[in-house]
Amino acid sequence: MLTVSIQLAGPVKTIKFLFSKIFSAFMDVVPIIAVITFFQLAIIQKPFLQLNQTLFGVLLVVMGLFIFILGLESALFPIGEKMANEFAIKGNPWWIIFFGFALGFSTTIAEPALTVIASKAGGLAAGAGAIENNKDSVANFVLGLRFTVAFSVGLAIAIGVVRILKGWPLIWFIVVGYSLITITTFFAPQEIIGIAYDSGGITTSTITVPLVTALGVGLATSIRGRNPMLDGFGLIALASLNPIIFVLGYGILVYGAGGL
Amino acid sequence: MNSEIFAILGNALSGTTLDIVPIILVLGFFQLVAIRKAIPHLKQKLVGLGLVVLGLGIFIVGLEQCVFPIGTQMAQQLTDLTFLADNDSVKLEALQNAKHIAPGVYLWTYVFAFLIGFSTTLAEPALIAVAYKAKEITTGAISAWGLRISVALGVAAGVTLGVYRIVMGSPLHYYIVAGYVFLIIQTCFAPKQIIPLAYDSGGVTTSTVTVPLIAALGIGLASSVPGRSPLIDGFGLIAFASLFPMITVMAYAMITEKLAKRKEIE
Repeated sequence: MLTVSIQLAGPVKTIKFLFSKIFSAFMDVVPIIAVITFFQLAIIQKPFLQLNQTLFGVLLVVMGLFIFILGLESALFPIGEKMANEFAIKGNPWWIIFFGFALGFSTTIAEPALTVIASKAGGLAAGAGAIENNKDSVANFVLGLRFTVAFSVGLAIAIGVVRILKGWPLIWFIVVGYSLITITTFFAPQEIIGIAYDSGGITTSTITVPLVTALGVGLATSIRGRNPMLDGFGLIALASLNPIIFVLGYGILVYGAGGL
Repeated sequence: MNSEIFAILGNALSGTTLDIVPIILVLGFFQLVAIRKAIPHLKQKLVGLGLVVLGLGIFIVGLEQCVFPIGTQMAQQLTDLTFLADNDSVKLEALQNAKHIAPGVYLWTYVFAFLIGFSTTLAEPALIAVAYKAKEITTGAISAWGLRISVALGVAAGVTLGVYRIVMGSPLHYYIVAGYVFLIIQTCFAPKQIIPLAYDSGGVTTSTVTVPLIAALGIGLASSVPGRSPLIDGFGLIAFASLFPMITVMAYAMITEKLAKRKEIE
């Protein structure tokens, strides 16, 4: 889509197009620069220690964002939509449900942010005496937690795909999900609650989000009678909700029911 | 310094590659086994995926060069008791021994939390992607900037309230459950079209930029406020940052709907 437009337009237009992309990437970063400059000069009242390095960093952030968005428009979005479209034509719902699960599971199990949080939780559990304080049992705990979260994200996307196929309203799932979270919280040990609630936010990485969004919207567009706004969005919502329930459950399994 | 940057770049690139490898494997498997068709524009798509990895890698290196060191340093300095006491030893002792923390002591931390939450969310690549898609589907009825600004306001409010909770030491789930109840009630009054997008924006907002900064702020604060444990109180900020955008995005849709109706009447 993108390269096509570049090929059609003349070189001047191409340069103009690229500049407008770079400019919009710069505009995305301006607020961060403003906040950091304000605090450094007005509150902490120290000059920037390494001004060169900071400016170089800003340049990298802008360029990186620009290149990422080019890739987003020429690959991630079209791939997600094309896959959804092909699956919809194929007409076998099990393949696409399985696809949703595989996509959610595989992207989450490798997610660096999850690895970090899981190791922290492992140290915490060992310190609290919930598991034996040696390398093996901590590693087991961490691996178990990562599998739990990855499985729950895969399951969430699979459920979300079924929802799009059937056209069920998202809010049913949200209400049931929140009720489950609230109930499970009352039985969960204190130590796991913060980690569980945070795990919902960190599971969906920058590369997964556009792909999953394109998948949902593509499906809703391809199936007759589905509305891309009403049915296409909502996959990420389920993928952020489900891990909370599963991590709370994992905490209850490992620590035993805590109660408040 | 140059070799150091290349080391960081290598690290960031291997991180983003690790992110994309499972995606490529899953896509390839289903393309071969389920769809069984050649991929159209394969070359262009592979180049595009390469751009995604490269762009994200460079983006992260830039963040590690300028935003993260300053952000974490600021979070530490703003929550440092000596800074809060204006280098006054009498005040410092009073702060250390205080049983109740006056909420006003951390005023600058709240301001910082609000502004850093707002500004980093605007630069979050995943949110830019979703806003772009929403604009495309609604053919501009939902403006990309309108959505991004309302999400950013939500993250800002959420992080600020989360910081207040760490200072006060009250239990996380009271806030979250109250937030859920409010959210469900609000959903009944919000325009139907926005609901799925609003709930998605909660999970979208917290990734590459926001998470490391907010986590540093939470852990820094929990280790400096007397009586807080970084392990129990340090977590939870991300949960706030994903809850509040749902509320603000719905509020945004409710307001724009009202305004549009008013215009129609006129």
